[in-house]
Amino acid sequence: MVTLTHFLVVGALLFTLGLVTVATRRNAVGVLMGVELILNGANVNFVAFNHYVTGGVSGQVFALFVIVLAAAEAAVGLAIVLSIFQTFKTIDVRFADLMRE
Amino acid sequence: MKLNSSRIALWFFATLLVVVFIGYMTTQVIQPAAAVAGVPAPQPAGLTDVLFYVLAALTVAGATGVALSRNILYSAVGLLMALLGAGSLYVFLSADFVAVTQLLIYIGGVLVLILFAVMLTNRITEVNVSNTSFGLFGGALLFVSVAPMLLAVVTLTPWPQRTPEALGPTTAAIGHGFLTKWLLPFEVASLVLLATLVGAVVIARKEIKAD
Amino acid sequence: MENAHIEAVGHAAETIGRLAVHHVSYLWLIPLFPIVGAAINATIGWKLQRIFGKKIVHRIAVTAMLLAFGTALFAFAQMLALPAEERFLQNTLWNLLTAGRLTVDLGFSLDQLSMMMVLVITGIGSLIHVFSIGYMADEPAYWRFFSYLNLFVFAMLLLVMGDNFAMMFFGWEGVGLASYLLIAFWYTDPEKAAAGMKAFVVNRFGDFGFLAGLLLLFWGLGGGWQPRDQGLRNLDYLPKAELNATAAASTAAQADALAPRIEGVKVGPTMNFRELRDQVVVEGTGVKEGLLHKTVWGIPLLMLVGMLLFIGAMGKSAQLPLYVWLPDAMAGPTPVSALIHAATMVTAGVYMVARLSFIYALDPSAMGWVALIGALTAIFAASIGFFQYDIKKVLAYSTVSQLGFMFIGVGVGAYWAGAYHLLTHAFFKATLFLGSGSVILGCHHEQDMRKMGGLKKHMPITRITYLAACWAIAGFPWMNGFYSKDEILWKAFTSEHLALFGHPTPWLGGLIYLIGIVTATGTSFYMFRSYYMTFTGAYRGGEGHHDEHNEDPHAATATAMSATSVAVHASDGAVHADGHAHGHPAPAPAHGSHAAPAHAAASHAGHGHGHDDHAAAQDDGAHAHGGHHGGTPHESPWTITLVLSLLALGSFLTLFLGIPTAWTHRAPLLEHWLAPALAEGIAFAEKPPWMEFAFQGIGVLAGTVGWFFAMVLYKDARSTVPASLKERFAGIWTVVYDKYYVDELYAATVLKPAVWVARAFSRFDGTILDGLVNFAGAVGRSLGRFDAAIDRYLVDGAVNAFAAGTLGFGRSLRGIQTGRIQTYLYGALGGALVVVLLNFLIQ
Repeated sequence: MVTLTHFLVVGALLFTLGLVTVATRRNAVGVLMGVELILNGANVNFVAFNHYVTGGVSGQVFALFVIVLAAAEAAVGLAIVLSIFQTFKTIDVRFADLMRE
Repeated sequence: MKLNSSRIALWFFATLLVVVFIGYMTTQVIQPAAAVAGVPAPQPAGLTDVLFYVLAALTVAGATGVALSRNILYSAVGLLMALLGAGSLYVFLSADFVAVTQLLIYIGGVLVLILFAVMLTNRITEVNVSNTSFGLFGGALLFVSVAPMLLAVVTLTPWPQRTPEALGPTTAAIGHGFLTKWLLPFEVASLVLLATLVGAVVIARKEIKAD
Repeated sequence: MENAHIEAVGHAAETIGRLAVHHVSYLWLIPLFPIVGAAINATIGWKLQRIFGKKIVHRIAVTAMLLAFGTALFAFAQMLALPAEERFLQNTLWNLLTAGRLTVDLGFSLDQLSMMMVLVITGIGSLIHVFSIGYMADEPAYWRFFSYLNLFVFAMLLLVMGDNFAMMFFGWEGVGLASYLLIAFWYTDPEKAAAGMKAFVVNRFGDFGFLAGLLLLFWGLGGGWQPRDQGLRNLDYLPKAELNATAAASTAAQADALAPRIEGVKVGPTMNFRELRDQVVVEGTGVKEGLLHKTVWGIPLLMLVGMLLFIGAMGKSAQLPLYVWLPDAMAGPTPVSALIHAATMVTAGVYMVARLSFIYALDPSAMGWVALIGALTAIFAASIGFFQYDIKKVLAYSTVSQLGFMFIGVGVGAYWAGAYHLLTHAFFKATLFLGSGSVILGCHHEQDMRKMGGLKKHMPITRITYLAACWAIAGFPWMNGFYSKDEILWKAFTSEHLALFGHPTPWLGGLIYLIGIVTATGTSFYMFRSYYMTFTGAYRGGEGHHDEHNEDPHAATATAMSATSVAVHASDGAVHADGHAHGHPAPAPAHGSHAAPAHAAASHAGHGHGHDDHAAAQDDGAHAHGGHHGGTPHESPWTITLVLSLLALGSFLTLFLGIPTAWTHRAPLLEHWLAPALAEGIAFAEKPPWMEFAFQGIGVLAGTVGWFFAMVLYKDARSTVPASLKERFAGIWTVVYDKYYVDELYAATVLKPAVWVARAFSRFDGTILDGLVNFAGAVGRSLGRFDAAIDRYLVDGAVNAFAAGTLGFGRSLRGIQTGRIQTYLYGALGGALVVVLLNFLIQ
C-alpha cells in the first residue's frame, strides 16, 4: 500500500540528490539540473500532501506555479550561463569566483 | 582534486564530523522518535504499488544519474528520466493536469533548454568536464548528512493522513481556481514570465552582440 | 661738598681718646676715578686705541689718576684746616651687609696715616703713569696695561681708605689680583705667567693668615673662654651678653640700636677701625683689659692675632719666608715694579701694622715678632743683593730689605718712623726702579749690569737721579733716607719692652739695631755697586741684545709680537737723535700716538723699542742688527727723565718731614702729623742726646763704609778684586747668588707635595670618579640597549606577531570566500545542520 510516506521519501531523495548535484557539479548547467531536481522534489511533496492530507487542488496549483517559475528560472539561468560562457569561455563553476576574497 | 596532507586532514575531519553528527542524530533523535511514532505494519503490494515502486526507482535512478554522471549529456538524460518519473508519480496522485504540464513544460521546455545550453556551452568533443569540485567524497558526505535527516523527518512525523479521494480529473478545478482564488498569483506569474522573457533575451542578446 | 658734622668729645692733639669724625661726601670719588678709567680702558680701550691711537688710552688713565690726586689734595687741604684731633674724614656710602654681630659698610675714611698713603699712591702713581707712556709706547696691549694700572690704584686706594677690615681686605685681595695681572702682563711667556702665579699663590698664603687673625680678633672682641675645671683643654665659651647684643640684628640700623655703648663708644665685635680703636683706646670701655687677658688655649689672644695678621703682611710685603715672589715679580714691566713692588702694594703690610698699631701696642710679643722678622728679612735680602747681576733683581732684594726696615720700625713701636720710611722709600725706590727702567731702555733692553757701564756720559739725567736715590737709600744726611732709617734704628736700639712668645727680651732691641746697622752697610754697598757697575767705566754692552732669561718684557714682548711690532716699527722714521743709520722707510704714523710735544723724543723712545723689537724679532740675526746701530746707549725721553727728576726732588724734599727731635727739640713734622692716628705710650728708653747723635753718626759711617767698598771694588770696573774674591769663595758666592736655594727648598717641600696631591686627586678623579661616571653612563647605555632590544623584539615582536597572526588568520579565513557558489552552499547546509543539531540539543 502506497502511502504518503513513500511519496515523501521519493521527494526527499529527489531533493537530496538535487542538492548533491548542485553542490558537486563543476558544470554550471549541471548545477542548474540539480536545481531542477530540487524543485521537482518539492513538487512531489506538494502534490503528495495535496492528495493525502489536504483535498482540493491547492497543492497542485502550487506545483503548477513551481513549474512555471522553474521554467522561468531555467531560462534566465541558462541565459546567464551562456553569458558566462561568452565571457570566460568556460562554464566550469570553479572559474566563476570573481567574488572570492 | 589535489591530494595533499592538509586536504586529507580536512576531509578526514569533515567525515568525522558527519559521522558523529549522524550517529548522534540516529541514537538520540531518530530512534526515540521511531519508538514513539511506531512504524506502521507493511501491507501486501498490488500492481499499483509495484508500478509505483518502479516509477519511483526510475525517478531516483534518474536523479542519481544526474548527480553522479560524469558526462553532462548523461546527466541531462538522467534528468529526463527523473522528470518523467516525477510526472508519472503525479498521475498516481490524481494530479493529471500537473503531470501533463510537467511533461510539456518541464521536459519539453526546460529540459530542451538545458540541452540547448549544454550543446552550446560544451565543445562536443570535450564532454567530460564534470569532475566535481568537492569530489565524490564531498557529495557522499553531504548525502549522508542530509538524506537521513530528511528521511527521518518524513517517515517519523505523524502526518495527519486521510483516505485519499478517488482519482479524478482536476483540470477544471485548477482552471477555476486560477481565475478565482489564485488569480493574483496567476497574473503575477504571467508577469514574471514576461520579465523572464525580456530578461533572457536581454542577457542572451547582449552576449551575442558582444561577439 | 662737606657736612661738618662733628660728634666730638674734644681732646688735645697729643692725648689719646675718641677721635672726632667729620662726615664728608666726596671721598668715594678718590677710588672712583681710577676704577672708571680702568673700566673704560678695559671695555673699549682696544677699540679706542685702534681708532684714535694710543694717546687716548693714556690720556684716560692719567686723567683718572690726576683727578684722584686732585681730590686727595682737596681732602688734604681740608684736613690741614682742621685741628689735629679732628682730622678724621668719614664717608660712609651704604651698608653692605649686616649679619648678626657683623656689620660691614661701604665706607671710606681718611685719617692722617691714610691721607699720607693716599697722597703717595695717587701722586707717585700719577708720575708712574706718565712714565709708562714713554716706556710702554710700543706695546700693542697698551690699553690693557693702563687698565690694569688703574685697577691696581683703585684696589690700593680701597685698601688704605677702607674704614673697616672687610674693605681693607677687599683692597688687599684686589692689589694681589692687580699685581698678578701686571706681573704676568706678557702672559704668553710661560716664565712670566709663572712669576705672576707665584706672586698670587704666595700672597694667598699670607692672606690666609690675615683672615685668621682678623676673625680671631673679631671673635675675641665678643665673649671669652672660661676654663672648666682649670684644664686648658676644657674651655667653655662664655658670651658676654651685652657684648654680643647685636647678634639679633639684621639691618645696620638695628645693629646700631642694639649695640651696647660705654662712654659713648660702641663696644662689641666690630670690623670698623675707628670703632675698634676707640674701644681699645678709651680705657673706660674695658675692652683693652679684656683683650689683654684673653687667651686662646693658653696663648694670649693679642699675640696670636698680631702674629697671624703679620703673616698676611709677610705675604703682601715680602718678608721672610714669603718674600720669594718679589724677585720673580721683576718679570713684569718696570713701571709695575716701581709702582707696585716698591712704592705701594708691598707697603700695604706696613700700613696694616701701623693702622692696627693700637692692637700691636698692647702686646709686646707681637711687636717683637714683627721687629725680629723685619730685621732678619732685611739682612737676608741684603746679602742676596750683593752678588746679583740683574739690576732689577738688585732693586727687588733691596726692596725686600727696606721693607724689613719698615717692619723694624713698626715692630719696635716707632710707628711713625716706619710710616716715614715707607714714604721715603716710596720716593727713592721709585726713582731707582724708574731709573733702572730708563737704563734698560737706553741700553736696548739690557738688564745685566755686566753689560752696562759708562752710562753717565750717555744718560746724565738718569745718572744724577739714580745717584741721588742711592744716597737716599744709603742714608746720607742730604737725602731723606737717612732720617727715616736712623729714626728706626735709634728707636730699635732704645726699645725696651719687646718680647718674644711671651718672654720679655730687652736685648732684642739692641740685636735688631746691630742687624740693622750691618744691613745698612750692606745696602749702601750693593746699591753703590749697582751704581758704579752701571754708570761708570766703559760701556761693556757692545751688541744688540737678545736675552732669553730677561725679566724685562720688551725683548720678549717683541718675540711674542714680533710681527706687529716689526710692522709698526719697521716703518719708523729717521728721527733719531744719535743719527743711527737705518734703512727704515718713511716715518711711522704709529708713533703719532705719542703726545705732540713729546713726539720727537717719544718717537725716539718708541724707536728705541723698535730697534730692539726689530732686533729680537730677527731671532739669530740680532747681532747683525746690533752691529747695525753700534749699540750706543741713549738718554730716555722727557716723559721719563722728568718723572725721574721729580721723584729725586721729592726724595730730597721729604727729608724735611722728619728732622729728628734731637736737632730741633720739636717733634718732626710727620710724627706730629701722624701722632693722633697711631698708638702712643710705647716706652722707649731715655738716652742722652749725645748718644743719639753718635748713633746717627754711626749710621752715616755705615753708609760711607759701604760706599767706600763699593767704589773701591766696582768703580770704573777697574778692580779685579771682585773677580778674584769670587773665585776664592766660589762656593759661598754661588750659594748667595742662588738666593740660598730658598726657591728650590720651597719647590721641594711645598710645591712638590702640593703637586703630588693634586696629581693624586687628578688621578683619583680621572680613574675612580670618571670611572664611576662612565660606569653609570655605561649602565645607562646598556639599559638603553636592553630596552631597545625589548622594544624591538618583545614589543615590536608582539605587535608584529599579532599583526602577522591576524594576517595569517585572515588569509586562512579568506579561503572560505572561494567565490564559488557551491562552497557557499556547503556552508549554508552545514550551518543548517548545525542549527538542527542545536535544536535537538537544546531541547
